[in-house]
Amino acid sequence: MTEQKKKTTIILFSGDYDKAMAAYIIANGAAAYDHEVTIFHTFWGLNALRKDEPLTLNKGFLEKMFAKMMPRGADKMGLSKMNFAGMGPKMIKQVIKKHNAMTLPQLIEMAQEQEVKLIACTMTMDLLGLQQEELLDGIDYAGVAAYLGDAEDGNVNLFI
Amino acid sequence: MNADKVLDAKGLACPMPIVKTKKAINDLQSGQVLEVHATDKGAKADLTAWAKSSGNELLNHEEENNVLKFWIKKG
Repeated sequence: MTEQKKKTTIILFSGDYDKAMAAYIIANGAAAYDHEVTIFHTFWGLNALRKDEPLTLNKGFLEKMFAKMMPRGADKMGLSKMNFAGMGPKMIKQVIKKHNAMTLPQLIEMAQEQEVKLIACTMTMDLLGLQQEELLDGIDYAGVAAYLGDAEDGNVNLFI
Repeated sequence: MNADKVLDAKGLACPMPIVKTKKAINDLQSGQVLEVHATDKGAKADLTAWAKSSGNELLNHEEENNVLKFWIKKG
């Protein structure tokens, strides 16, 4: 139909559940538009890619602290507003269920199913002490140049 | 209107109606018609825009008992 697919690139910087939801809804929509979609996860956005089970990995003290303090996986992320020390996410998940919308982990799974390219920024992984073993299977690892390579001929570019 | 396939997307919220429509259209041959049923209020704007951009044709749509119905011809 079209000679070259359009591209959507999203930078997910935020580690907030609601913002990550917005990013993944746009990504899934763009994939349905037959775009080639990339989500580049950096800083707190990396937590969306963490597996939810605890892993014992060889880490220094600071890295261990970071690993403990950050949400382990998409389901454990907090809200950007009205978090209420964890009550907010519980409430929003009830509302999501009520309206038959998709939770963040479901949106991530759907994105992978639709072949959205999920990239983890390796530099910020080092800063936050995250290792590849802790992140979901089937994702890519790259830096700023790979992102720019995708973004420079992108049709939709977002920073969330 | 005759359809080659019917997609029931009732009760599904954004972005699922569009994701499911895309999947259903993929299984059709060019020229075949997909009928979509949805209850998401944004579906009308979404499917109209999607059909235009993806090279498919929105033949018709109507609303019946709060269910939005669309007929999309694969391009």
